[in-house]
Amino acid sequence: MMRIVALAIASVAGLVMLLSPFFPAMESVGAQSSEIFNVIAAIAFILGAGSLVKVNLSRVGRRDTGWGYAFVTLLCFAITLIVGLGKIGVPPNPQFAATPWAGEKDAAGSAFAWIYEFILTPITSTMFALLAFYVASAAFRAFRAKNREAMLLLGTAFIVLLGRTFAGVWLTGGFPEWASGLRLENLSMFIMQVFNTAGNRAIIIGIALGVTATSLRILLGIDRSWMGAGGGSA
Amino acid sequence: MSKEPRSPAILVWAMIVLAVAAVVGLRIGLGDGMARAYAERVEMRVTVQDVASPSGERVVEWVEWKSVSPAEFSRAVRESPSQDRVQLNPANTVGLWVAALLTLAIFSFLYRDNPAYRLAEAIIIGVSAAYWGVIGVWDSIVPKLFGALAHGWTTAHILPNLPAPTTQSQIGMGIALALGILLLLRLVPAVGGISVWTMAFIVGITAGAKIISHVESDLLAQTVATMQPLVQPADGGFWTGATLWASLPSVLVVVGVLCCLTYFFFSVEHKGVVGSAARIGIMYLMITFGAAFGFTVMGRVALLSQRVEFLLDDWLWLIDPLERRIVDGVSMIVGTGGVW
Repeated sequence: MMRIVALAIASVAGLVMLLSPFFPAMESVGAQSSEIFNVIAAIAFILGAGSLVKVNLSRVGRRDTGWGYAFVTLLCFAITLIVGLGKIGVPPNPQFAATPWAGEKDAAGSAFAWIYEFILTPITSTMFALLAFYVASAAFRAFRAKNREAMLLLGTAFIVLLGRTFAGVWLTGGFPEWASGLRLENLSMFIMQVFNTAGNRAIIIGIALGVTATSLRILLGIDRSWMGAGGGSA
Repeated sequence: MSKEPRSPAILVWAMIVLAVAAVVGLRIGLGDGMARAYAERVEMRVTVQDVASPSGERVVEWVEWKSVSPAEFSRAVRESPSQDRVQLNPANTVGLWVAALLTLAIFSFLYRDNPAYRLAEAIIIGVSAAYWGVIGVWDSIVPKLFGALAHGWTTAHILPNLPAPTTQSQIGMGIALALGILLLLRLVPAVGGISVWTMAFIVGITAGAKIISHVESDLLAQTVATMQPLVQPADGGFWTGATLWASLPSVLVVVGVLCCLTYFFFSVEHKGVVGSAARIGIMYLMITFGAAFGFTVMGRVALLSQRVEFLLDDWLWLIDPLERRIVDGVSMIVGTGGVW
């Protein structure tokens, strides 16, 4: 019974979103559904946070290997939550100075902005920066120009990389005007505007068709894998 | 299973820590030091209406701190040694050190996994989970849910200019609250199964919205963008090399899109004409992946250079590309004989 109701909810909600652009009377219902979705998505963050606390508390409680890191996670979670929800250090909003909590949560000088600027941003951007090393290392080990396709991939990556750097511009800067199309920056631009556009366009069209087909399968109740174990396909 | 010898690793770690400590020690001792943040005091004063006050008004005062460069602090002190308008910002100074140490902790993974990296990892997990939760509360739950279901309280304490909700939005937020509570029941194993109803709503809305958005902005928009005139007349006439050259990109794009789509079409065996088109499609796709790879590497290297710049500029004060630490033409790297 619970699964039948779930299927009905998914189909009705999806059909409302699908039909709302075509019927003016349904437009507001579609917009309202989006609002409900956004609020549920925000509540889902609370669910995720609750799950994180549950898992880490049990690790600390059992004194598992690395429980100290779990404790640090919980501590940082609690501090950020208190600082953010309590708007600690947030100056009043000059427009509504009489309203106690009207200040922006991430106003300059607030503790929440401090956490974003000095903890969240440095760690996340450094983690992404590390990928520069790993991508280069993986490419060096895995990329071999053993056939035509691999050579095309490698050659394009090489041209695009060099074409966007000072070294690339300098290397081919001496080419005469009639051969300016072969300068690395121009070659890189040509690849991006022609071959890359064509390839990406086909991929995007393919994704759009795939998403549409999958979504229709869900709305028609053919694909029930999202319900987890026992859902499956009809 | 052979156990890896520990001593070389300890030696390498000792060398890394000593090298960083030596650079920091040298930098603290040379020139005007390193890693300090300054801020300018800004007095704020606003008059607000207050029915409880005899005059009907009340003055609200507070102080805000605006970040300024070290050079501005130096100038302010030289103009008036006893000034307190521009001061050292202890919170941001500590922040610079925290950010630098966390950056180094993450970079330490390049050698191998270690406690400093794992500590930074534990910090980011806790901070980011709470960060996005807080964003969700202040950006969605408070203005939409509280704004509709507890409008009076929300406008009195948090968002004074929030418009009054309609009956429809109140019903909608009531449904959102009910579905949200069902979702949170997932944390209670005994009744967690009922959260599938909220999941159903999320899946249904996403599926419906994705069909519209992908068909409209991807399928149709990309198809329309491909349907452009193949011949692009250039100066000098139709049958000229210039026209041929100008038309080449349009032709190559159309051919490429059709060949790539042929490659994606698996209902027909890739033989004969279809096979040839699919092979051309593969070549286009390889070029696309190569370009994507190049761009990804470029993006990561740009991020890397930003982090290195942060360490050398904001933290160590070894470089000064924005000239924020030049006082009377002298760089603080070498020392301005100043007011620190």
